[in-house]
Amino acid sequence: MNGASPPRDGKIPVNLLTGFLGSGKTTLLRELLADPRLKQTAVLINEFGEVGLDHHLLERIDENVVLLNSGCVCCTVRGELVDALIDLDTRRAKGLIPAFDRVVIETTGLADPFPALSTLRAHPVLVNHFGLDKVVVTIDAVNGEAQLRDRLEAVRQLAGADVVAITKTDLCGADAVARLRRKLAAINPSAVTILREQAEAAHLLGGASVSPDIADAFVDADPSEGLDHHHEGESRHHHHLASGGSTVTSFSVIVEERLDWTAFGIWLTMLLNRHGDRIFRVKGILNVRGEERPIAIHGVQRLVHPPAHMKAWPDDADRRSKLVFIVEGLDPAVIKHSLRVFNDLSDRLLPRTETSSQLLGGIEGGDALAQTGG
Amino acid sequence: MCALCGVLGADDHWTSAVARPGVYTRNGNSAMRRREAADRLKIANAVLRTRRLDLREWQGGTYILSNATGSTRVFRSLSHMWPEAEAMVSGGFDPLDADFLRKIEEITR
Repeated sequence: MNGASPPRDGKIPVNLLTGFLGSGKTTLLRELLADPRLKQTAVLINEFGEVGLDHHLLERIDENVVLLNSGCVCCTVRGELVDALIDLDTRRAKGLIPAFDRVVIETTGLADPFPALSTLRAHPVLVNHFGLDKVVVTIDAVNGEAQLRDRLEAVRQLAGADVVAITKTDLCGADAVARLRRKLAAINPSAVTILREQAEAAHLLGGASVSPDIADAFVDADPSEGLDHHHEGESRHHHHLASGGSTVTSFSVIVEERLDWTAFGIWLTMLLNRHGDRIFRVKGILNVRGEERPIAIHGVQRLVHPPAHMKAWPDDADRRSKLVFIVEGLDPAVIKHSLRVFNDLSDRLLPRTETSSQLLGGIEGGDALAQTGG
Repeated sequence: MCALCGVLGADDHWTSAVARPGVYTRNGNSAMRRREAADRLKIANAVLRTRRLDLREWQGGTYILSNATGSTRVFRSLSHMWPEAEAMVSGGFDPLDADFLRKIEEITR
């Protein structure tokens, strides 16, 4: 978790705040907005009424946009998120509203975070103006466990989270909170879990998409740690969580042999294309052929963030690739087998051992140039 | 945009991310990019040919996918490869399907 950092590529970072109905999203948002570090934040919400911002209101710009006395711009989403964001960006460029350096989108309680994330990454205009930052999910300590058991929406939200804030802990006992924490860690081992009271601006800041922090977060939460039994090369650490009549499973895959980047990319893209609806999250640290340092990958449903090149192996003695999946109704053993088949395919088709630094020097670049030139 | 052909934008797939600090990509220089593109075609074609599809690259930035009867689809980003390929064959490409995996394994034997 690092402090405030300016956008690296000139894009405005966007946070997504989601959580089940009545789980305390708005309360969390109101508290966070009081932080001076977030004073130049634009907030997109569904209804002004929900926020209870009246005493914070500085100026009403029009029926959709208000200015808060903290400096934040607050805007309702009427219709499409895309239109609201483009409208906000245009007004900012024209100087009609104060410049903002961050956007927080509060989604409705039943929303799956994936479409919003996907919109931000795929829209030809938005992709040049906005960058994805952390996804924060609230979960209610009183009802959270039941929601995760009964409602797939709650599991999807949790699986998409970078930060999970547990709310309403004052309404239940410490053991209930501990039980919920265990459940959260089982479904999404890679998220940072906090109590709402601990939430601060730093939890929104950080750049989920490009920062190598994501890799550190993964390593911190490596579910394979602390397990004293393991079968070499086998999937392990299964958690089965009944949810709305279906089975959500979190498991990790350990790969002994080094992975071929090209084959892995084609495999994961094909897997997510076909089964993205049922793969809530994939996160991993990879030992890629030809690379000394590990590569971290991170995806929510069909959306995969740009891979991070980590500075070093977290544990130099263990350089195996590790992937964590959160899936609904897919067989871990089949996913593992499929990955192996594709990696073997690259052994056959791309037999070579040179490192990327040699490639950078262009030693074997000549034939590739000849093949694709013209 | 290429001024001659008017092709707009670039492949923004995660496997060929824009090179910037902290991001892993094989897009860093021209030789590296072309080598990776050639490798990608080899692997993609091995998979696609199990269903008689063929993938070519045009001008180093556009993909052309065709089937045995000559119908073609053109796309810019790898994000579109599998949706396009699945639209061209019945049953599509399922990496968790046992029969499909067996066919891929046969290639390596």
